[in-house]
Amino acid sequence: MIGYLAKRILGAIPLLLGILTIIFFIIHLAPGDPTARFVSPNVSPQVIEQMRRNLGLDQPLHIQYVKWLWSFIRGDFGYSFGQMRPINEILPEVLWNTVQLTFVSLVVIFAVGMLIGIVQAVRQYSIADNVLTFVALFFYSMPSFWFALMLILIFSLKANQSGWFFQFPASGMTDVGYEFMGTGEKIMDRIRHLVLPATALGIGSAAGVARYMRGSMLEVIHQDFIRTARAKGLSERTVVFKHALRNALIPIITLLGLYLPFLLSGAVLVETIFGWPGMGRAIVDAILQRDYPMVMATSFVIAAIVVMGNLLSDVLYAVVDPRIRTE
Amino acid sequence: MRASPNVESTPPEPMPDTAGSMAGNTVAGSGGTLTRVIGLALAWGLAGSLVFLSLSRIQAIPGMRRVSVDYYLAVATLVAVVVGTAWWTVRTLRRPVGQRPRHGDSQWSIAGRHFKKNRLAMAGLAVMILLYVITLITPLIAPFDPAEQGNIILSRYLPPSGEHLMGTDKFGRDIFSRVLYGARISLTIGFIAVAISITLGTLIGAFAGYFGGIVDGILMRFTDMMLSFPRLVLLIVVIALFEPNIYLVVIVLGLTGWMGTARLVRGEVLSLREREFVQAARALGMGDWRIIFRHVIPNTMAPVIVSATLGIGQTILTEASLSFLGLGVQPPTPSWGNMVSDGRDALINAWWIATFPGIAIVITVVAFNLLGDGLRDALDPRLRT
Repeated sequence: MIGYLAKRILGAIPLLLGILTIIFFIIHLAPGDPTARFVSPNVSPQVIEQMRRNLGLDQPLHIQYVKWLWSFIRGDFGYSFGQMRPINEILPEVLWNTVQLTFVSLVVIFAVGMLIGIVQAVRQYSIADNVLTFVALFFYSMPSFWFALMLILIFSLKANQSGWFFQFPASGMTDVGYEFMGTGEKIMDRIRHLVLPATALGIGSAAGVARYMRGSMLEVIHQDFIRTARAKGLSERTVVFKHALRNALIPIITLLGLYLPFLLSGAVLVETIFGWPGMGRAIVDAILQRDYPMVMATSFVIAAIVVMGNLLSDVLYAVVDPRIRTE
Repeated sequence: MRASPNVESTPPEPMPDTAGSMAGNTVAGSGGTLTRVIGLALAWGLAGSLVFLSLSRIQAIPGMRRVSVDYYLAVATLVAVVVGTAWWTVRTLRRPVGQRPRHGDSQWSIAGRHFKKNRLAMAGLAVMILLYVITLITPLIAPFDPAEQGNIILSRYLPPSGEHLMGTDKFGRDIFSRVLYGARISLTIGFIAVAISITLGTLIGAFAGYFGGIVDGILMRFTDMMLSFPRLVLLIVVIALFEPNIYLVVIVLGLTGWMGTARLVRGEVLSLREREFVQAARALGMGDWRIIFRHVIPNTMAPVIVSATLGIGQTILTEASLSFLGLGVQPPTPSWGNMVSDGRDALINAWWIATFPGIAIVITVVAFNLLGDGLRDALDPRLRT
């Protein structure tokens, strides 16, 4: 197992380097420059030239690439042009914010998706099954940014106007006065701020998981050992949740890792809409400001998370299914 | 079994590996009216999209006025729809009761019969055809010019009413007309980008699977690399750095969406390569290229059509996301994504601006997903019930 893990991690390195190299050359060859926003009639060209020299942009591209590669290997992502702070300082902050968001929506995705899938499979071809299939498809086909806006419109703006009991903040991570709250209040505040973004981010994937779960559960539920379990006189609940669910979960577990890239893509939109200061917004801001080191750093983190997600799903697969382990 | 890194920036679809299940009989010369109709519909969608994309260029040719092309196309479509409906009615009425047309038993006609039984999929097909008709006759049914700005004081932020079915936006433009014109842009981008990615994916998959060895290694590692980065982020990186315009968006969408198809086709080709008919072709002395293009690729078409149909829906969603971020189609050209983005600023006062284009996106994508799901169920023998 350890040998296999090591092999996979080593195999991922050229993959990551390859994608980072492509991104490096794309962003450096594209027109535009981090100093462009300082260009104005009041700033003399010499100053701009000096700025470029300070940022190391006057050197030939291959030299810049080697320099970037060297500091990257040593674990130094450099200095953000946009925020004028070391990236190693910024990255943990934005990463932690995104982790909170994606973790909560992963929980939402799998809880909701699996529940719906089980209901559908157990009541195959019933009205509930058909309705849920269509509703799942509907959410699966919905643009997450539009759903996010609709959530804000209904649960934040309308709820506020009509003074409903439950209202959720439309954007941001914290209420005013967060600094002065107690620990319990802080957690409640964060949860309130997470509800809408996590729902918007997760709902489409939850619909996908439900479709998967239905298929996987149906496959299991018609097998002989389920019939045996029923024949033994076990209650339907035991049969479904202990005997069938365990086996149906095997393909679902692997989805856990595979949904990560999708969540990260979605996070770009959802974080932009909800003003959530995470990775998605960081990368968009960095690109728009031509903040090259920041783009490289965030790209690396995202690609690494995706590769890790793959690895995680393979490992989980082996852990859950004893038939695979023998290999 | 070692699950390979199978990542997509779209959520993984339950797409069973269809290798070997539908290979063995060639496509050419088999019947199946319905599957043929769908194939034709996709082809026409692509053709129409190309026309729309080049419309602004055609109109730039001196001596041709903007209005005329649009209107001729719309009138021609209207006539075609009327004639087609009449012909269909006559044919249906003439058919003797109780006597059904004889079916051939090719793979495609069996699939066609299965598809027809799937009511949801047929609904998807109907919505898709309706969308075609609407996009073509838009100039005749749109009550206002999509770019026409109304009176800034009297006609901005009007709620939906009889005159403005979906209300007006902050420039007093009619949302309903803009949604209709936006359909063209969204569908155009969907069709052309998917055509690019399907072609690329099929070629790469076929070469990797057929030649194997080092070609396979290089192509598939490249595919893995492209897959290890979320598509939307990659798109943002590329588009944000250049001047976003519709051509760039289409091309970049096409160039980042081929990986799923490449894997699918490679899997199919790996099993096809060892079949008797390929060996026979080789024994007859055919070249590799001829075998690939005439014998191998046609046999991988069934899953490719499915992934193309589902891909169009996904691409429309992605384009809308890009436009929403301001990186897709640029205003004043109406696209569903940038219309939702416009409505975001006025969400409290004017909910209708963001709501209706979003509903249009949902309906379109649902239709393509229903169609794709139905096609997959119909084309894969193991999924038929």
